[in-house]
Amino acid sequence: MDITRFKSKKFYIPGIITLIIFVGLATLPLFGSFYNVILVTTLLMYSILTVSWVLFSGLTGYMSLATAAFFGIGIYASALLLPTKGQVLPVLVVVFIGGLASSIIALGVGALTLRLRGIYFAIFTFGLVVLIMELLNWWELSVNKILGRYVMLVDNNFIFYTMLGIFVLVMLTFFFIRRSKFGLAMRSIGENEEAASHIGINVTMVKVVSFAISSFFMGAAGAIWATKLTYINAHVAFSVLFSFLPVLMAIFGGMGNIYGPVIGAFIFAYLQETLQTKFSEIYMLIFGVVLVLAILYMPDGFTGLIQKVWRRISGGKRVHT
Amino acid sequence: MPESIVTILDITIGGLLLGGIYALIAMGLSLQYGVARVLNIAHGEFIMIGAFGTLTLYTVVGINPLICLAIIGPIIFVIGYLLQRTLFTSLRVKAPNPGAYEASSLLATFGLMFIIQNIALIAWGADYQAYSYLNFGVNIGGAIFSANKLVILGFSIGIGLAFYIFLARTRIGKGIRAAAQDPATASLMGVNINRVLALCFGFGAAMAGLAGVLYSMRIPLNPAMGLQYTVIAIIVIVLGGLGSIPGAFIGGLILGIIGEVVTYFDPSLSLAAYYFIFMLLLLVRPKGIFGK
Repeated sequence: MDITRFKSKKFYIPGIITLIIFVGLATLPLFGSFYNVILVTTLLMYSILTVSWVLFSGLTGYMSLATAAFFGIGIYASALLLPTKGQVLPVLVVVFIGGLASSIIALGVGALTLRLRGIYFAIFTFGLVVLIMELLNWWELSVNKILGRYVMLVDNNFIFYTMLGIFVLVMLTFFFIRRSKFGLAMRSIGENEEAASHIGINVTMVKVVSFAISSFFMGAAGAIWATKLTYINAHVAFSVLFSFLPVLMAIFGGMGNIYGPVIGAFIFAYLQETLQTKFSEIYMLIFGVVLVLAILYMPDGFTGLIQKVWRRISGGKRVHT
Repeated sequence: MPESIVTILDITIGGLLLGGIYALIAMGLSLQYGVARVLNIAHGEFIMIGAFGTLTLYTVVGINPLICLAIIGPIIFVIGYLLQRTLFTSLRVKAPNPGAYEASSLLATFGLMFIIQNIALIAWGADYQAYSYLNFGVNIGGAIFSANKLVILGFSIGIGLAFYIFLARTRIGKGIRAAAQDPATASLMGVNINRVLALCFGFGAAMAGLAGVLYSMRIPLNPAMGLQYTVIAIIVIVLGGLGSIPGAFIGGLILGIIGEVVTYFDPSLSLAAYYFIFMLLLLVRPKGIFGK
């Protein structure tokens, strides 16, 4: 992984670009069409999942496939606390509760499973998603005698701004964690866990806490996403695609810098949404071919490719360190 | 024969049948992941292709599904062989380290899954389809079993054992086992590593295809059916110990029997039971039953 710190002269241009993009996003409901606002909400949702996945897995090297579990917990928190009739709590409080519930479960799961390594951790976390989904489905069908639940209708712009808020929060968290001592500890776990523990890093604590932080955003995103879905059941909420897509998006975008996962999520999700509506017959085919070609010809992700092209244009003055 | 013994026999046969299919699929994935280091998410798609191929050959051309084994198996083998030779070899050469190769090949198989599913969707449509073959009862000691159940059971265990003997006894099998232990050293000892890896991927895909041919006699088919079998195969190979072929075989049988027992009590809980046992085992013994 690229360990480049922000230098003061390199800080301005990305800072200004970020500001312009942020202002553009924040004013989108004023000039964008109804469809565009919904589309960007979806893109933001995928970005949150991808960035919060990279926040934990990208830094520590533990490949988690539990994203769908935390996302689904958020969705169910919303379904339970925001029914169509008899709303008690404000939506934003429910979003916070969704995130908190995910975090608490992540603490438990993390303490139990983070001693598993490599593929075992990945498969365990994947199993967690399906286990929760199957048990919940069984519980709803045979105990509560319902197929799914309806969620309160919320204004589209409100959903958009909540999603944007969570997105900004996760980006800030990611930015500061990467620069902090805590982030350095996470990265050294990713490089060599035994060495990290020998130099005095409490590896269990760092892993469990970062797992909980990353799942907070997944849960919060799920809670607000539920109000967009309006009808949910266990299979919708805990769809395993939400575990796999963030991984694909992160690798597609490139994990070497803070922008990679966001760019990956935006391009990937946009491609998915437009292909699905315009070429619904062959959308998976195009998607698959693009994916295979991307892996063959962009091994460092999209941002890696851009950097490579940029280095070639600037005549090799910027030596890659 | 008393009712309870018939029930037990029924569950055992059903469990072994399911287990035999799982064992074939898992042995295939074990070759692909254990030797070729490709965690093939598109593995289930070869089952789907095998099953749909049989459906078409049987209902349109009128070829006996058991003869389809000899037609579809080699075709899927060639597809798998060529995939490893082109796509995955190119990824392997480009990857800076084995970890990067595992990640990029995993993603490539994801793309492959979408491609194969979409082609199947165009070819066969999204609806569930099924055909009927050897669908009559056979009386064994008072209990009635459908004939195709017994045929599938016999063939899947037969193919599994034959393949195990092939790995254990032949020269190519020895090469494959050597490559599984240490690819670099194996290639220094004169094993043509690219060819062995391609063989592994081809055999792995063919095993899935054969499982699909057999199982298509019992289940309704749909282009989206593949992923659940991929997931089961992953569970089985972890259960049996990554890279262990006998582990995959026995793990598959165990999982099949567990599945059938749980299904007897409450069908909607069988998947949950798989994962529960699997996660419990992973916590207690992460290396799997046969892992070293």
